[in-house]
Amino acid sequence: MSDDIEFPVEATHIMMFARAVGDDNPIYRDAGYAAKTECGGIIAPPTFPRAVSQFDPEYAMRLKPGQKWFGSGKNPTGLDGPAPTSGGLHAEQHFEYHRQLRPGDMLTVTTTVGRTWEKESQRAGKLMFTERVQEYRDQKGELVITSRAIGVKTERPVKQS
Amino acid sequence: MPLSAKKLKVGDTHREVVVDDLTRTQLVMYAGASGDYNPIHTDDLYTREVAGYPGVFAHGMLSMGLTGKMLTNYVGDGRLTKYGVRFTNQVWPGDTLTAKATVAAVRSENGEHFVDLTLETTNQDGKAVVTGTATARIDP
Repeated sequence: MSDDIEFPVEATHIMMFARAVGDDNPIYRDAGYAAKTECGGIIAPPTFPRAVSQFDPEYAMRLKPGQKWFGSGKNPTGLDGPAPTSGGLHAEQHFEYHRQLRPGDMLTVTTTVGRTWEKESQRAGKLMFTERVQEYRDQKGELVITSRAIGVKTERPVKQS
Repeated sequence: MPLSAKKLKVGDTHREVVVDDLTRTQLVMYAGASGDYNPIHTDDLYTREVAGYPGVFAHGMLSMGLTGKMLTNYVGDGRLTKYGVRFTNQVWPGDTLTAKATVAAVRSENGEHFVDLTLETTNQDGKAVVTGTATARIDP
């Protein structure tokens, strides 16, 4: 369990996110165009909810001032020991959309850590899976998105076939 | 344009090249937009010498985002009700990805119409990098 995250949905963030996934659809950036569509305004792309990481104060994959970082600087890693996330990969991601996200939404995201299990693999040794469910509620308290992510920690780097 | 139940049949497919020669710069853009700065996606030195991979590789969520572009182009904006994937292989700079949706079912529920799709995104060698399913609300 972790603390709730407040996630304000903003038009500029949606535009940058759409650019990052190479999607030039004007529904993600042009308010005039979007107003004339069935959506009635700008919406967020389907995988945008995971950008909630930007608003998680504890998020381990973000460089924080005054703290050592596991990426390279003078040396290949800034840490003496292994990275907190070492071997971690994203195995599955599932979204359920109760409605589309729009600029101006103020979401509250609740995270629940679900099942964990193990599996043996030829390509990466022992695999440890963890499920994490996030519920996104809007300013009215209504559930708008449910996200289920499965993370995997591999015993060794995945062998390339 | 949203899809119409009358015009769809099981087995119909839609396919798009969603990225041609993936660049490291796009991985940097995805890191910045998503907030996921894990150095395995942007820092070659770390990735080779510490993480033990041949070089930086794409965020799973970038592969899912690229696949999502094909999906929303096909079903229309704001029509998805479910979208889920498994990341089956890593995606590397230089990869060209083709995303494909296949109609698995066309059905109605409480007077609304839906299409269920199976998804597969493959790289230039024909290897699947993303597999999944999606459901979208469609017109009658």
